[in-house]
Amino acid sequence: MSAKIVTITSGKGGVGKTTAVANIAVALATNGAKVCCIDGDIGLRNLDVIMGLENRIVYDIVDVIEGRCRLRQAMIRDKRLPELFLIPAAQTRDKTAVSPSDMVRLADELRGEVDWVLIDSPAGIERGFRNTIAPADDILIITNPEVSAVRDADRVIGLIEAEEKNKPSLIINRINPVMIKAHDMLSAEDVLDLLAIPLIGIVPEDENVIVSANRGSPIVLNSKSIAGMAFRNIAQRLEGQEVPYLDLDNHGGLWNRIQRIAGKN
Amino acid sequence: MDEQTIPIQIKGLRDGLLISIGDGEWATLEPALFEYIDSQDSFFRGARIALDVGAQKLKVNDLVSLRDKLSEHEISLWAVMSESALTEKTAQLLGLATRISKPRPEQLNQFSVDGHNNETALFLDRTLRSGMRIEYPGHIVVTGDVNPGAEIIAEGNVLVWGRVRGMIHAGAKGDNSAYICALALAPTHLRIAEVVSGKLKKGENQTPVIVKISKDGKLKFVPWQPE
Ligand SMILES: Nc1ncnc2c1ncn2[C@@H]1O[C@H](COP(=O)(O)OP(=O)(O)O)[C@@H](O)[C@H]1O
Ligand SMILES: [Mg+2]
Repeated sequence: MSAKIVTITSGKGGVGKTTAVANIAVALATNGAKVCCIDGDIGLRNLDVIMGLENRIVYDIVDVIEGRCRLRQAMIRDKRLPELFLIPAAQTRDKTAVSPSDMVRLADELRGEVDWVLIDSPAGIERGFRNTIAPADDILIITNPEVSAVRDADRVIGLIEAEEKNKPSLIINRINPVMIKAHDMLSAEDVLDLLAIPLIGIVPEDENVIVSANRGSPIVLNSKSIAGMAFRNIAQRLEGQEVPYLDLDNHGGLWNRIQRIAGKN
Repeated sequence: MDEQTIPIQIKGLRDGLLISIGDGEWATLEPALFEYIDSQDSFFRGARIALDVGAQKLKVNDLVSLRDKLSEHEISLWAVMSESALTEKTAQLLGLATRISKPRPEQLNQFSVDGHNNETALFLDRTLRSGMRIEYPGHIVVTGDVNPGAEIIAEGNVLVWGRVRGMIHAGAKGDNSAYICALALAPTHLRIAEVVSGKLKKGENQTPVIVKISKDGKLKFVPWQPE
């Protein structure tokens, strides 16, 4: 086994990093892969809550790094999927408790254990961001169709390019076709045109995402949700499959264009 | 290591420390720097430092690993100054500052208008993204877009083989003959020497264009036409 290490990051907070990590991890594990998520948002842990695992935490990432427990002891097994694990963040420490080289060592140790390591990153471009970027083989940038979120995504992409990492891929989250039609929001096409990196997913706005997060049951587990379907598609694309993009506005026009741009990248 | 043998100097700045590193092999200077930092116990902890590396040619990996090691010592690196254009470019792309104080406006006016002092050009084969600030004492040529939130400041001309949506300042030390050209222009802000563009309308200048200072002292946008 040699895991692929994938970090999800955004620059801006609240765009859906943690939601994406939880959902993509559940989707990969449902497809039969062995997956470990790492909550890299030290001091503000919440991946455990979204995955419904907060009651099971004994050890956290800082305990592993500082040698108070072994790696396996900090890997919490998911209650639904036996091949899904979470290494939680420490809630009472700050991001300086972990360094980029600690993260590289931790990820390397996990490589032999699982097929995928998904790392959730904090907002910002400082130490916490660099900690989660350092071990990544691949990086997924997540953004919302808003000028400020896109500006931050652009900044983060620039920093990743400057470090000569693999070219990141893009998830556009919370697309709302009604608002785009009313010209109240950037379209997926506008976002892609500016950021100019390959697209890996478009996730619609869906209030069930919030409801399911509060219940600790990621939306991909809900087979009727389109947002859930969009996250399942991202997992499949990560696995190397070609999956067509969802037609989110029932008219085809915009989505045909997106298919075209996505193909071009 | 004995202090006299390490070419490392520390100076206090208003908002942090300036560390100057003398000449020598980076492979020995870098460990010497950390040995020095370690020997000073907690003096550097939490410090913001600017590093003057002289003529050292540092590549991306060198600077990334230096910054990360410093951060493991709880030191944040915010600026790297160098006489090497390579090192300076690398630092700028990593989002580090390369000057420790901004030139004051009155200084800008003192420069002669008969051209910039450096006729060389810096080539950047990439899209300049938000937060990148590229300064160069000659011309700057970009093959790629200049995105919103990126800044280019050249003493000479700026040529962009791509779309400009960020900020560009050509002739930054007062050269009124400097020009800017781009394949498409929708910048947040455009400036040649001391002349600033008025607000540019969306949808204008979507074809190749050259911008110069005209006789009336305003910026003139001339569409580029093949002969
Ligand atoms: N596609 C979506 N539709 C509706 N709400 C969403 C969607 N994606 C995320 N959210 C909500 O947005 C908020 C922020 O998401 P979160 O994943 O915590 O962001 P981050 O980790 O980037 O700070 C949460 O309340 C989450 O439930
Ligand atoms: Mg989060």
